[in-house]
Amino acid sequence: MSRAETTAGPGLQDGEQGQPLVGRQDSGRERLPAPPAPRAGRAVWTLGLFGSELLIVFRRVRTLALLAVLAGVPLLVGIAVRIETRDGSSVGGGDGGGPAFLEQISNNGLFLAFASLAATLPFFLPMAIGVVAGDAVAGEASTGTLRYLLVAPAGRTRLLLAKYASVLTFCVAATLVVVLSAVVVGFSLFPVGDVTLLSGNTVSLSDGILRGLLIALLVASSLIGLAALGLFISTLTDSGIGAMAATVGLLITIQIVNNIPQLHALQPYLFPHYWLSFADVMRAPVIWDGIVKNLALQALYAAVFGSAAWARFTTRDITS
Amino acid sequence: MALIQPAQPEAHEPGGGRRGRKAVRYAVPVAVVGVTAATIGLVPALADSGDPSLPSLTAEQIITKIAASDTQTVDGTVKISTDLGLPSVLSGGSGSSLFGGAVAPPSTGSRDGSRADPQRQFTQLLIGSHTLHVAVDGQDRQKVSIIESAAEYSLIHNGSQVWAYDSASNEAYHATAPAEAGEDRAHPRQAPSDAFPATPQAAAQQVLKAAQGTATITPDGTARVAGRSAYELLIRPQHASATTVDSIRIAVDSKTGVPLKFSLQPKGKGKAAIDIGYTKVSFDKPSASTFSFTPPKGAKVTEGRDTAREQKSPEGMSGLGEPTFIGSGWDTVAVFKAKGALPAAPEKNAKGGAASLLGGFGKQVSGSFGTGTLFHTRLVNVLLTQDGTVYAGAVDQSALTAAASGAAR
Repeated sequence: MSRAETTAGPGLQDGEQGQPLVGRQDSGRERLPAPPAPRAGRAVWTLGLFGSELLIVFRRVRTLALLAVLAGVPLLVGIAVRIETRDGSSVGGGDGGGPAFLEQISNNGLFLAFASLAATLPFFLPMAIGVVAGDAVAGEASTGTLRYLLVAPAGRTRLLLAKYASVLTFCVAATLVVVLSAVVVGFSLFPVGDVTLLSGNTVSLSDGILRGLLIALLVASSLIGLAALGLFISTLTDSGIGAMAATVGLLITIQIVNNIPQLHALQPYLFPHYWLSFADVMRAPVIWDGIVKNLALQALYAAVFGSAAWARFTTRDITS
Repeated sequence: MALIQPAQPEAHEPGGGRRGRKAVRYAVPVAVVGVTAATIGLVPALADSGDPSLPSLTAEQIITKIAASDTQTVDGTVKISTDLGLPSVLSGGSGSSLFGGAVAPPSTGSRDGSRADPQRQFTQLLIGSHTLHVAVDGQDRQKVSIIESAAEYSLIHNGSQVWAYDSASNEAYHATAPAEAGEDRAHPRQAPSDAFPATPQAAAQQVLKAAQGTATITPDGTARVAGRSAYELLIRPQHASATTVDSIRIAVDSKTGVPLKFSLQPKGKGKAAIDIGYTKVSFDKPSASTFSFTPPKGAKVTEGRDTAREQKSPEGMSGLGEPTFIGSGWDTVAVFKAKGALPAAPEKNAKGGAASLLGGFGKQVSGSFGTGTLFHTRLVNVLLTQDGTVYAGAVDQSALTAAASGAAR
């Protein structure tokens, strides 16, 4: 397939000559230099493509706004807990409601990171991913820049891979933004010390931070499946808004289905079903079953919808 | 309009070539789904490589094996499924909330009681499916944890200390076990094994004690439980016409003699009413840190009632006296004479809150005991009479009302 695609470029059929070559509306796109040789430059090419995709994603005001909202969640949770526990009472009357790990925050600031991840993972984080993934291809199509992108002899498969890689990078960045914001807020508002695990065992703070890093990694990988799904939807339509709305709508629908007890037979196959398994890292001993299931499910979604996106994107006619 | 088509060597391809290639590409995701579905369907069937072949033993030999087992250390995961046919609204804990906070179990105790109180927590095991982590190191050190979604409830017994920690509410419960207690007391009164068997061992011991002389015990082949070869024992009640218990099956590890799985099948169709089994088990010594607990800073610690005092007045707990028994063997009906009126007694409760709620679950019956409310589950039937007496037993409904009538006459 690669040979066919490296020659893919100039497929312009009828006259577009009269129209000026409209620049990408996203100021971030840097025009790529022409490849010196098809084979030797391939790796550089792919990296360059990935780099320019990353720039596009992260230079967008929309992306920065999403990250700002994500950074605000730990701040809000932290301030709320701080105010509520000022007089020594426990959060929410001590009935264990609210996000996981909420009760422990006032005694150990590190738990704000876990509580914030538990609070943002069901909707905030995946919604941000849905916006970025849904926009990846369809956004280019709706602004009319996709065909110019394909004029460069990068090949559709590699373009898609670069897009997916940039979405995955955003997954990691979004998770890290939540964690870092939570750590900064948590460490400045609350005492920090030895960490009591869910099982009641106490471990040192450094052990707790290591577990926190592992949790951040697991949360970021929990979004792999949704990223592929969003990318697939993005290849289906030429409307960027439509793809974002469809991805986020699908996410909300699936989250609702995932919480209807009568549909339990279906739930193990829904991508958010094992998302909260990251909390198992905080047990002693760590229970890996749910974590492994989560990663396998994400890999499956990535394989199915990634290949579906590839099938769609490499065979469709790009009309805009 | 510019039309950028996918690259294709058009000259070489016949008319349907493009469509064919499209179909081939779309076949990739379909194939991935197909392979996954086949894997999910086939792997359990392939992994289940039949029952292990073990030298055949008689029932007595297997029971001796259980009794002779000197395994003192266990570290494993237990899955408990109970299907008594109770309304699932009572369970609460089974559904995970959207944000991962463990759902509070129904407040079975008083509202102001600590959430870390073992009695309150272990009640939830009666309904639904739960995963427990069990670590045992001899008589003095045990730990049982109920694994919840993003939370955990642990009961830790270490020497003379009994700690319970509920991570969802960050509350702890502390009690001291009598230091001079004998072997039987080493399990503190609060330990779950008294009220509800949390491990297959505890369940098997209770049943084998009860089954002596009242049931046929036969070996029933072998099975593979938690990756270990096990003998199966089948226990069927004898000389008991009214019992709801059809059979009990216990899988006993062929090497160590530890019961690994316990399941109780009620009469009638359906799945087991109680199913307790290890999904993972190791007989290595759990690390000492497993049993150490210091309440985290800021955790609310509730001191348990003094164990010794509690044993003097056990009825203080639930308002029920010591039970008396009618009948024998599997048909036994336990009778509790209530000290005070129970909420279920049809008293004039202003808005009928508790009474009508309970009445909605049960059905009204009458006999020489007057009228009462009968609560039916797949295993246990309970009759609450007007005067507050409770009849309970693993017998069918007619036998229970008959026993109640006979006792009241």
